[in-house]
Amino acid sequence: MSSIVLQFLNGLTSASTLFLVAAGLSLIFGITRVLNFAHGSLYMLGIYLAYSAIGVFAGGGGVTHAAFWGGILIAATVVGIVGALLEVTVLRRVYRSPELFQLLATFAVVLLAKDLVLWLWGPEDLLGPRAPGLGGAVEILGSPFPEYDLFLIAVGPLILGLLWLLLHATRWGLLIRAATQDREMAAALGINQKLLFTSAFALGAFLAGLGGALQIPREPAQHFLDFTVIVDAFVVVVVGGMGSIPGAFLAALLIGEVKALCIGIGDVGAFGFSISLPKLTLVVESLVMAAVLIFRPWGLMGRALAVLPDPAGARQALLEKSTPRMRMAGIAIIAGLAVTPAFANEYSLVLIIDILIFALFASSLHFLMGPSGMASFGHAAYFGLGAYGAALAFKHAGFPMEISIVIGPVIATIAALAFGWFCVRLSGVYLAMLTLAFAQIAWSVVYQWDSLTGGSNGIVGVWPAPWLSGRVAYFYLVLVLCGAAIGVLRRIVFSPFGYALRACRDSPLRAAAIGIDVRRFQWMAFLVAGGFAGLAGALFAFSKGSISPEVLAIGQSVDGLVMVLLGGVQTLSGPLVGAAVLTWLQELVARHIDYWRALLGLIIIVLVVAFPAGIVGQLSSRRRTAE
Amino acid sequence: MKCLNAVVRGMIALVLLIAGVPAGAQGSIKLGELNSYKVFPAFLEPYKKGMQLALEETNAAGGVFGRNLEIVFRDDNGNPGDAVRVAEELLTRERVHFLLGTFASNVGLAVADLARQRKVLFIAAEPLTDKITWQNGNRYTFRLRPSTWMQTSMLVPDAVKLKKKRWAIVYPNYEYGQSATAAFKDLLKKSQPDVQFVTEQATPLGKIDSGAVVQALIDAKPDAIFSSLFGPDLSRFVRDGNTRGLFKNVAVFNLLAGEPEYLDALKDEAPTGWYVTGYPWYAINTPEHKKFLAAYQKRWKDYPRAGSVVGYATVLSAVAVMKKAGSLDSEKLVAAMQGLQVDSPFGRITYRALDHQATMGAYVGRTGVKDGKGVMASFVYGDGAKFQPSDAEVRKLRPAD
Repeated sequence: MSSIVLQFLNGLTSASTLFLVAAGLSLIFGITRVLNFAHGSLYMLGIYLAYSAIGVFAGGGGVTHAAFWGGILIAATVVGIVGALLEVTVLRRVYRSPELFQLLATFAVVLLAKDLVLWLWGPEDLLGPRAPGLGGAVEILGSPFPEYDLFLIAVGPLILGLLWLLLHATRWGLLIRAATQDREMAAALGINQKLLFTSAFALGAFLAGLGGALQIPREPAQHFLDFTVIVDAFVVVVVGGMGSIPGAFLAALLIGEVKALCIGIGDVGAFGFSISLPKLTLVVESLVMAAVLIFRPWGLMGRALAVLPDPAGARQALLEKSTPRMRMAGIAIIAGLAVTPAFANEYSLVLIIDILIFALFASSLHFLMGPSGMASFGHAAYFGLGAYGAALAFKHAGFPMEISIVIGPVIATIAALAFGWFCVRLSGVYLAMLTLAFAQIAWSVVYQWDSLTGGSNGIVGVWPAPWLSGRVAYFYLVLVLCGAAIGVLRRIVFSPFGYALRACRDSPLRAAAIGIDVRRFQWMAFLVAGGFAGLAGALFAFSKGSISPEVLAIGQSVDGLVMVLLGGVQTLSGPLVGAAVLTWLQELVARHIDYWRALLGLIIIVLVVAFPAGIVGQLSSRRRTAE
Repeated sequence: MKCLNAVVRGMIALVLLIAGVPAGAQGSIKLGELNSYKVFPAFLEPYKKGMQLALEETNAAGGVFGRNLEIVFRDDNGNPGDAVRVAEELLTRERVHFLLGTFASNVGLAVADLARQRKVLFIAAEPLTDKITWQNGNRYTFRLRPSTWMQTSMLVPDAVKLKKKRWAIVYPNYEYGQSATAAFKDLLKKSQPDVQFVTEQATPLGKIDSGAVVQALIDAKPDAIFSSLFGPDLSRFVRDGNTRGLFKNVAVFNLLAGEPEYLDALKDEAPTGWYVTGYPWYAINTPEHKKFLAAYQKRWKDYPRAGSVVGYATVLSAVAVMKKAGSLDSEKLVAAMQGLQVDSPFGRITYRALDHQATMGAYVGRTGVKDGKGVMASFVYGDGAKFQPSDAEVRKLRPAD
């Protein structure tokens, strides 16, 4: 009994921690509608700054109350200022961009922050001091429990209360709530939006910094914190209902408790099976999120979001079919690629193979995001399952490579069939996060199922058949298959099915009224996108000779998103350009300098500011203006 | 239109620039090194320094075959897909003669299989997975560091001596932790059939929920704990365990925890009396190590980490194999690797012909705190040649070339 109570308290501690980060994220999203991917980086910055500030204040002596709490406050304040600067210098320029484009800018900030932290604080983990006066443990039911954890348990509700007061008892809070509910109307009433957005961003960043800084007695400052925190924070925000701060609190509580209980209960045996619950901690957030979203499509305490006016009329552009000139250019590119092996060196072929495969992957994601209007944060699931499907068919079932390459996409389509059925019942960011939840669940199964998938090591020895094993031969295979697949995807967009999808996206009510089964069409879109992503995955597996769970991890999904957004979500050739630019840039930059992530981040920020509609999107809109 | 033209022109200029980059100095011997420098910097920055030191020493002594030795460093982004592309780049564009490096096990295995496919030598410096020399072993791949199995088996004799009944296990939930746990349980059961494993906590790598995990271990009332945690997970586990009194009267065994990369982070909170494998650079008194230590400290104004030794010994191995083979031909290099002897900072090591594993060992001992820093207070060198399964067992595990 005592152990259950203690585990409950442990759950409360982690819930408080989660809530602090998630509250800031939720606040920022509620007002600016920016999904701040860099929120985890702000958290990480908070813990590093606190480490240094406390060190400076303590000055080599013991850590006093003033040094400790002063250090934490300074760290959080600096992070708040960094957040405000970020908003003013970068994000403000891209509010009018197509949906989710801001995600790209914050992704660049993540890259930048990673290298900045490494440069400033060095590679080693930095374990901070214990809190003065709270370093020990108190006896609870006969077991020692850390005093600082009790303090954290109190901080969560305290911050919740303060935020509630701020939002409900001050004029600033009133304006924030007004802007969260109806941004346009608030602007029409003469509220200074710029100031409001900047201050909300600063407060959100402050909370992230505070969340990080308060962890200083509990965990070392290190480089992975941004990624480990950001996903959890997104999950909490979505489970709670986007923009709802009490919801975030509830969600943090739910996730913290479920996790602690999984660890506390340990192995469970039933019906002759034994399940190791601690192993579930790998995906417990995703399982909770999937379960909540399936039953409550707007999260625990969220409501349907007010629809923002389509900025810059971004979506119309898609209706354009390619002009003869563009078609000529396309043919020229394909012809150019076809003769590449005659003069290019072998490595260029390797690089172009990667680019072609990612171009197909990005195109399949774009098919969901663009014409179908459903953003996916978990598209790597289909890419990865396609890769694993092909690799398993080849290695375990003994199929020849030529058939395995077909089996991959089939497996991916089946997964899309299952995941899509649930996802199409949701919309917007909720839908995107549910795709992420499914992707994470798929990832964890692959990661854990050692006997079948090789676990975290993956499967090696997945090489093409002898007649395709040369680089040139494989290059032609990839060129033909990816080229054809991208062509088919393009054709689908302009088929009656594609027009119906766009109708479902632009006006679901009218589409339903003329007899289109909206959900079924969207479900079909999932199948198409999943299948083509699976083909890209199968080709990827055979081009690398091995496959491991990274192919269906979040990083792969994010890469796909970045490619689509970089190219421009409202053009058909955008994802192709995005895939080429990102793959080529990363390869180039990583080869030439040590701090390649920072440089890549800077380049992406420049691209974001210079091409606020994506590269192709911007160029084609300029062309239209010129004409 | 003007803008578009400028962009196109810029792109063309860039492409020309890259195509025109000269491919290194003429006449030097090039080796390709790929690693996850940005993902695991705490280990790999010292590793790179160790490599550079060995490289400079080699070239100061006249290089190899009278030619300058050059190492082309590449970041593999901690991802097997990228690693394979980078390795291809090293082989085809940089025309390196063979490959070195890798850290994570999945990356190591992916590059090892590429080496088999492209028929080039690959010296896997760091990946610990047993599979790289056993189940997935191949003709072209050799591994320097002692494997998970070897390091685990170094801790077993002490564990057996203690005769503890109730063991709790905690490990990072991926291949390294799983293999270490499986090997430990297996070896301990053989010597002590009545042992009980009272709880097993598999924690997500880098995301241990230390409060709950420590509590679960306390509730299981173990006599001893076997852990394979490292890095931030280890720091959190130690701090929470100290606060909650988990380690009082419990024997703790922790793989790798004696490596400065992980022990130093704990400062004065480093545990005392734990049984660990590691690298006590401050107290190794062999002449080989003293020489290495002096050279390293002179060159970098910093003390070496376990990674430094691995990087240094990797380059020494590469140099030794070229000299022994007398050639840069892949097949001759591979033949020379079998039974190759190298004088490392840990003494002479041999690359076993049987399974391509080097006999480099690790230091096994107990932790303590000295001058506010964690140290290995007492230790012995576990010679990698002695901590191996029988040859027959290895032959069963490893496919024939």
